Amino acid sequence: MHDIPAAFGLAFALLVSGDPDLWEIVLLSLRVSLAAVAIACAIGLPLGAVLAVLRFPGRMGVITLVNALMGLPPVVVGLGVYLAISSSGPLGVLQLLYTPAAMIIAQTILVAPIVTALTRQVVEDLAREYDEHLRSLGIGWAGLVSTLLWDARYSLITAALAGVGRAIAEVGAVIIVGGNINHVTRVMTTAIALETSKGDLALALALGIILIAIAIAINAALMALRGTAGRLAYV
Amino acid sequence: MSEPALALDRPVAPVAPDTRKPALFPLEARGLVLDIDGHRLIDHVDLTLGFGPLTVVMGPNGAGKSLLLRLLHGLIAPSAGQIAWAGRPADRQIRLAQAMVFQRPVILRRSVAANIRHALRTRGISGSALATRMGEVLAAARLEARAHTPGRALSGGEQQRLAVARALALEPRVLFLDEPTVNLDPASTEIVETMVSAAHEAGTKIVLITHDRAQARRLADEVVVMHSGRIVEEGPAERVFAAPASREARAYLAGELLV
Repeated sequence: MHDIPAAFGLAFALLVSGDPDLWEIVLLSLRVSLAAVAIACAIGLPLGAVLAVLRFPGRMGVITLVNALMGLPPVVVGLGVYLAISSSGPLGVLQLLYTPAAMIIAQTILVAPIVTALTRQVVEDLAREYDEHLRSLGIGWAGLVSTLLWDARYSLITAALAGVGRAIAEVGAVIIVGGNINHVTRVMTTAIALETSKGDLALALALGIILIAIAIAINAALMALRGTAGRLAYV
Repeated sequence: MSEPALALDRPVAPVAPDTRKPALFPLEARGLVLDIDGHRLIDHVDLTLGFGPLTVVMGPNGAGKSLLLRLLHGLIAPSAGQIAWAGRPADRQIRLAQAMVFQRPVILRRSVAANIRHALRTRGISGSALATRMGEVLAAARLEARAHTPGRALSGGEQQRLAVARALALEPRVLFLDEPTVNLDPASTEIVETMVSAAHEAGTKIVLITHDRAQARRLADEVVVMHSGRIVEEGPAERVFAAPASREARAYLAGELLV
């Protein structure tokens, strides 16, 4: 039986003492997840906008697929990326397995459908509203997409933050392709899983507290953003 | 009781022919038909619009006025019939010579100035030319003090003035306006009418929809009256207001309920 109050005490001690191992794990988590979200946004924002405004055969099928991919099981993504980058896989020559780059790839695959699907929805609503004005201006495709993305910016930041939430809390994919190697690929979620299995609750709890704090910070940022956008009548 | 016939309160000035390129006039619609979901909403409309006169389109709700403007502007394609600008179909150059203001103004989620800047940049206008035009139209719309206000935070009247200013910033040769002053207070209505009249005098062909008979009398050189998707009356404003020939135009202009 664990001494849970004592574990909480140790966890707070780790947090306030600036334990280097703990903060190394936190910073790697943020680096991996933020990089994954940045790449997912670079893919998902224009792709979602194009899906919103372009009419082509099979469009509804693509939208259904993207929506379905939002619920991708992380372990399945991890397995897929593992098969692709393992030494016998098609990308094995890149030697990415058990590196932060592999974790970024896996998280990008998880987050990109979220950003794409939310962007598609937001931009489609806006495109409906702006349709006649923008067609009256004779605006081209590039101008159309950039106008819609810019005017939907507050809603799209919400989509990106939703992606950060998904990435930072994810464990299944990064543990398969990262391997949870100490000082190399150990992130908050994989460390929590490992330390809990070892019975070292202090580090697990400290990381858990930081994860919850990040979740609260993301939600607070979302609310502040909505408030600002509302005040400026930009939503 | 019918309204007394009023004389136009301004003379119709002779207008020099429009010699600019590309040639746009006459704007001709021939046998224009629009069917949507099995309903005939525009029913064999023939219409010829010249450069000079300010054209006002009138008629009850559902008459097809807004659809006619959208057809002429190229926002929707007719089910049958042709639209020709100086004898040829609209191409990109002709499309870019036009602008339209909608009944419910579409205001981008940007500041007042950024709304105008966006429109100008779509036409490749930037730098000092952009700043000059921006200043001119903001002054005409009396929105200089609101230049940095979010466009969607403006009142309804201010938003419509912004929409007109944004359209006029493009210096269109043809400006379509779909009930631009509906629901506006007299002050905003006067500003919009002044902007429209100034653009007309500066050489912009105006085609304006209104239900406001007094406004039509103030602005129109020629009037087109629609009913049930058809043009039931067209001609010089003074003649149409004084002696409408069709039963529908007579009833509509007399303020009778026309269904």
